[in-house]
Amino acid sequence: MSKTYFTSEHEWIKVEGDVGTVGITDHAQGALGDVVFVELPAVGKKVAKGGDAAVVESVKAASDVYSPVSGEVVGANDAIVDQPALVNESPEDGAWFFKVKLSNTSELDGLMDRAAYDAFVAGQS
Amino acid sequence: MTTISGNRGPLIEEPLIFEQATPGRCGVDWEKPAAYEDRLGGLRKKGKIGLPDIAEPTVIRHYTRLSQKNVGIDTVFYPLGSCTMKYNPRLNEKTARLPGLSQAHPFQPVSTVQGALELMDQCAHWLKVLTGMPAVAMSPAAGAHGEFCGLMAIRAAIEARGEGDKRLKVLVPESAHGTNPASAAICGFSVESIPANDRGRVDLAALKAKLGPDVAAVMVTNPNTCGLFEDEVLEISKAVHDAGAYFYCDGANYNAIVGRVRIADLGVDAMHINLHKTFSTPHGGGGPGAGPTVLSEALAPFAPVPYVVHDDKGFRLVEHAHESEGKPCGRLKGFHGQFGVMVRALSYMMALGADGLRQCAEDAVLNANYLLAQLKDELTPSFEGPCMHEALFDDRFLKDTGVTTLDFAKALIDEGFHPMTMYFPLVVHGALLMEPTETESKATLDKFVASVKGLARQAKEGNSADAFKAAPIYAPRRRLDETAAARTPVLRWKDQAAE
Repeated sequence: MSKTYFTSEHEWIKVEGDVGTVGITDHAQGALGDVVFVELPAVGKKVAKGGDAAVVESVKAASDVYSPVSGEVVGANDAIVDQPALVNESPEDGAWFFKVKLSNTSELDGLMDRAAYDAFVAGQS
Repeated sequence: MTTISGNRGPLIEEPLIFEQATPGRCGVDWEKPAAYEDRLGGLRKKGKIGLPDIAEPTVIRHYTRLSQKNVGIDTVFYPLGSCTMKYNPRLNEKTARLPGLSQAHPFQPVSTVQGALELMDQCAHWLKVLTGMPAVAMSPAAGAHGEFCGLMAIRAAIEARGEGDKRLKVLVPESAHGTNPASAAICGFSVESIPANDRGRVDLAALKAKLGPDVAAVMVTNPNTCGLFEDEVLEISKAVHDAGAYFYCDGANYNAIVGRVRIADLGVDAMHINLHKTFSTPHGGGGPGAGPTVLSEALAPFAPVPYVVHDDKGFRLVEHAHESEGKPCGRLKGFHGQFGVMVRALSYMMALGADGLRQCAEDAVLNANYLLAQLKDELTPSFEGPCMHEALFDDRFLKDTGVTTLDFAKALIDEGFHPMTMYFPLVVHGALLMEPTETESKATLDKFVASVKGLARQAKEGNSADAFKAAPIYAPRRRLDETAAARTPVLRWKDQAAE
């Protein structure tokens, strides 16, 4: 059983057990435009909630991707490094960025669910 | 409709010079050299050197045509925000070409380059007078290099206080130039961003909340990248100093306040000055920059070598840390910095005088506010009130038109203007940032305003999205595929036939 949470910085995290899979939302890829470069954290790297974890660069801008939770990186999706276009094609599915082993699952409490995130995005525009 | 040649009148469809080569053709008639014995010990190059076989007129036409395709401040209005593409007075160039300056060599004996050293000292003197700061490092070769210089001096000062292992953090506003966090990171600091308030300025409360014994420095651009003066700068510098940190000011927008604001009065500890922006030297492919960095009393001892000193024996360079009275943070560059840029900057300062520099800042701000006032009803300004040297709009005026900021910029190319900066700063959506600079006349600004207003009306009238997407029509190339260029760049010509 998995559950997906969202951040105000437009990341999503799908949590199964104590491992979360992190990516950027469809709204984020739309705002960025064509993604041309992705940099991922190395497996084993410690990340902090809200800290820089990855970089995504589009024709418009380079942006940091923040980790929604603290923990250790246990996987990285090299496919999007080779083919950054995947981030535009399937942002909330195949084009995940990294997997993180959560050190504190209570950090999920402050994140949004899908309905709350959709309302947040609607309120921004 | 296209012509048989693909040309549109004299706008030549120019192939690469390699593609114009004819094997065996040569621009000069060389005598076949007599047999000789080289002294290369068998290391003589045997393969081709790979230059195209081409005659002189073809070479001349090729490079002349390429130069005609160049769009620059000498050909069009160039309101590229944040970049300060002001006109480069020819007097600067004339001065820089004086043989005594252009042919000086850094290895010459110091006694033969007294004038050049005095010129560097003079340039440094005026930067100190204008900013009210006690010291300046002249060697940084660009703005970001100046940031590096300032942060290295800050790190050295913190280490000298014995706090090198405690103060490891640098705070940077979210609207900062990307070089700020990059410079901090390369100096070994971690970076945290400070949010902006709804007035587009640094959120003072958020800054204060982040200040603590772990903070080494706060970097603030003033005026900031939204073209707004940080009006709480005195509270910011006081809070930074109360927390034991140093206050770095990014001087990229110094052109808006030179002669109007004494940087020392703002409590600044270090600020780089982009000579190539504020002091009108060519940049953006037209030449190197220079980023002299002024330093406060607290940081002055840590200024890098070399620097010019003068005594009763004349001018000389202090080249090594052990010759210095301070504790230099190191050396940033071979020799002593971008001398040619210093010549041009000093020439500009001398030509204008203190009153002229002040008027430049005033006119730059006036011109930007003129654009803002003329365009505010047709476009959507991002923040209330007047701006400094650049006017920031976002893309709300394009909502539901199908036209994006990018399309709008491309349409401006057809109007004969270099587009404004787009999608920066990131703190507003679909940013359009216009910096007219002081060198433009009202007549030029009025022509630009007419085009921008006209395009905005076309976009809003509807059914024009396809026309915008087709722009530019009159440029040598239409819409370039920026995505493919970034994803699969071809950076080097290769002989297809040879492969």
